[in-house]
Amino acid sequence: MSATAAVMPRYRQPTRRNTELALILLALAVCGFGYAQCDLAVLGSLASNTIPVMSAIAAIALVAHLAIRILAPNADVVLVPVALSINMIGLTMIHRLDLAEAQRAARNGTTPPSPDVYSQLTWTALGVILFIAILFFVRDHRILQRYTFTAMLIGLLLLLLPLVPGIGATINGATLWVRIGRLSFQPGEIAKIMLTIFFAGYLTQTRDSLALVRTKVLGVEFPRGRDLGPLLVAWFISLAVLVFERDLGTSLLFFGLFVALLYVATQRRSWLVMGAVLFLTGAVFSYLAFGHVRLRVNVWLDPFGDEANTGYQIAQGLYGFASGGMFGSGLGQGYPQLVPYAKSDFIIASLGEELGMIGLFAILTMYAIIVERGLRTAVACRDVFGTLLASGLAIVMALQVFIVVGGVTRLIPLTGLTTPFLAQGGSSLISNWIAVALIMRISDTTRRPEPEVVALEDAMTQVMSR
Amino acid sequence: MIRSIRRLAVVMSILLLALMANATYLQYFAASSIRNRPANTRVLLEEYSRERGPILLGSTAIAQSVRTPDQLKYLRSYSDGAMYAPATGYYSLVYGATGIERAENTVLSGSDDRFFVDRLQHLFAGRGVKGGAVRLTLNPAAQKAAYDGLAGRTGAVVAIDPRTGAILALASSPSFDTNLLSSHKPAEIRAAYAALSADPKQPMLNRPLVMTLPPGSTFKLVTAAAALESGRYTATTQVPGPKELKLPSSTKVLHNWSGTACGPNDKTTLENALAISCNTAFASIGMDLGADVLRQQAQKFGFDTNFDIPLHAAKSRFPDIMDEPQTAMAAIGQYDVSATALQMAMVGAAIGNHGQVMYPYLVSQVLSPELTPLDTAQPTVFSQALSPANAETLLSMMVTVVDRGTGSNAQIPGVVVGGKTGTAQTAPGLPPHAWFVSVAPAAPGGTSSVAVAVVLQNGGGAAEVSGNKLAAPIARAVMQAVLAP
Repeated sequence: MSATAAVMPRYRQPTRRNTELALILLALAVCGFGYAQCDLAVLGSLASNTIPVMSAIAAIALVAHLAIRILAPNADVVLVPVALSINMIGLTMIHRLDLAEAQRAARNGTTPPSPDVYSQLTWTALGVILFIAILFFVRDHRILQRYTFTAMLIGLLLLLLPLVPGIGATINGATLWVRIGRLSFQPGEIAKIMLTIFFAGYLTQTRDSLALVRTKVLGVEFPRGRDLGPLLVAWFISLAVLVFERDLGTSLLFFGLFVALLYVATQRRSWLVMGAVLFLTGAVFSYLAFGHVRLRVNVWLDPFGDEANTGYQIAQGLYGFASGGMFGSGLGQGYPQLVPYAKSDFIIASLGEELGMIGLFAILTMYAIIVERGLRTAVACRDVFGTLLASGLAIVMALQVFIVVGGVTRLIPLTGLTTPFLAQGGSSLISNWIAVALIMRISDTTRRPEPEVVALEDAMTQVMSR
Repeated sequence: MIRSIRRLAVVMSILLLALMANATYLQYFAASSIRNRPANTRVLLEEYSRERGPILLGSTAIAQSVRTPDQLKYLRSYSDGAMYAPATGYYSLVYGATGIERAENTVLSGSDDRFFVDRLQHLFAGRGVKGGAVRLTLNPAAQKAAYDGLAGRTGAVVAIDPRTGAILALASSPSFDTNLLSSHKPAEIRAAYAALSADPKQPMLNRPLVMTLPPGSTFKLVTAAAALESGRYTATTQVPGPKELKLPSSTKVLHNWSGTACGPNDKTTLENALAISCNTAFASIGMDLGADVLRQQAQKFGFDTNFDIPLHAAKSRFPDIMDEPQTAMAAIGQYDVSATALQMAMVGAAIGNHGQVMYPYLVSQVLSPELTPLDTAQPTVFSQALSPANAETLLSMMVTVVDRGTGSNAQIPGVVVGGKTGTAQTAPGLPPHAWFVSVAPAAPGGTSSVAVAVVLQNGGGAAEVSGNKLAAPIARAVMQAVLAP
């Protein structure tokens, strides 16, 4: 109509941060009810520490949200509420088991142990502080690519740290702990993040040559022989972790991550085939060579065969799941304390018993949402490094949940990995909050309306001159 | 890269589905088979975490669950455990449950369908389910009289309300403290159980319900009933009563306890034959009536029937195929005739209830966890064993037994009491069993309100055996306890 048509305002995506806030409030409400339910079922009234703990959780959640509004306003809105939810479910179950321990102490006339929920809460706070720190210091994820090999060094050092005499500690047969004074730490959890950064950086640089095809066998194209090097190195390091630290889970996790990222970077299925062959070779070799691997497999095949000894933990866990049934016993009304390590390695069995199959499905779905948001971020990301890093972090989460939940539910042999965000333990909480911070940063960078990025995209359609 | 990420996402979805499928198998399809494995302590903890309902007499609990600080939250506690053991049974961590604890388990544990609404409410209130209560028919005074009367002897007492079939007393001796088996310490339970099992006096045997012994002369009540029902006998009919009776086609000779004839000219009336417990007379009547008539009469009283009261009582037996001498012996409660104390109490009760046999029962009421009655026992008729007129005749004959016959120790001042003694032969060398069956009040035209059967195994340990001397005083005490205003 008019020649003086209004100039189109610059399109700006809604950040939907209020949606995030609503989701966080919902998570807080669910957690609050769950926490109170434990108290009412076990004690008949609210525990004295319930209100302070809940307030602290709410404060942590809201601080995290405010930090995102300032530091990463364009980032994904679902990721943090879901991570917080799982973290709070973990706190609730640890509190519930604290109550059971206090009751047992009262029965035996001993002094009750100090509640583990406090240390877990402290670690949660620390995790969220690190989450904020990463959003603050890492303003663009591409900076991390500069530290590719630094990350590798730190990652390998952390991985090997438990082997250093004096500070390494063997707990439950696996040497994956570092103990300095009263503080014990699982460096493998942080190594997980470092090595993901390294893999992403390394593959960004080398993916073109790794994608080159030399030979074709049975319709599958295989890479050049000299490009096999990195895969073999990863395989040997994984085997070393297995042999020297007796840590089946971490070993499997790293190798799986590397192979998956290799596939993402090169799109060559041959890497998956070779990875699978190497994995099977390693698996058969370690079954034949190591007693502790053989034991795990035998217990997996027949958990009730030696129920009183080697199969005790897995059998108790299975009883928990079976007793919980479809709907669970209800929080505070089952017997999760009967399972050894009910707060850490077997927390998923505790939840399966009291929340039932329905609750387990809900938790698994929440993990699936985290993985899905990670992969979505990877797909949306416009740089190779960011794509590889986001998908790597998502893959680690997915593999870790599968390995640990599959192990506890006897889908696969049991290995010693922590359940992300749920299980008691500081290293695991911190590393998972770092992972979420990195995905949030990539997501924020990607969705940030940046003119120069648009220009880059345009440039790709131009004919490049040499 | 996007394509391979999409493919990886598909792989991860498959992993997620595998976890979910596995969880479904574990928590739904295989759940009950895994849960019910013996090593799963949860089932037990769950059972003991619920407040099991009490077993009541009137409004007093004789068994109740008491909160403990143990991991097993509730302890089953019995008051007068030994006295009530035949009724309550025990509720044991190691050996399961017996008695009412077993028979009414669904009520006491709260899993009975009648509590559906309660359970629904508890589900939404997030509270554990509480069990319902069971009220027994036992009369505490009668039970005490029965148990005290048996003290130091081996035997059983059953008292029944003839009008309804309600069991008023159910005592066994020697007995055992049910609390010994209901503790929370498996080692102690096992030790106590082993000691009780090894005891030659069998304290865990539920004598009134499962011990079947030859009823001896108390069975003459059944034979007399058959005689009256045949229409060929009355109380005054002359029956043969020689000093001894040579049994046909056999070398066996049957004697009277007195060693004399039962009347002048080896004859006596049916009434007198019962009063002095004349063996030769009842053996003759039995042969005259025949085995089938006796068996039909016995079955009308409840022989050859399983009674669940709801505790399972052993079947009292009247033998299947018999020749004449065996029939003669069966007519006086020997040969292969065997009866529980419950059965003999039912015989007495039927005679006191115009010939009508009421189905015996021990549970008078089932109550909700909040003690509101849900079900009240309805007395049911088992059979009409004999006509009201014949029942009155037989009852007056029983009164004669107590007034001037062998049952004099059952006399109660101011109350008309009918009774019948019994002394049953057992294996050679062992002392006989002493029986007494009684019913009161037994005045003509009235209805009795208590029938009692007492049996002392092998004379209950006494050297000189007679139903009148040993068993009748116990029956009298039980009757007095019931009849006390």
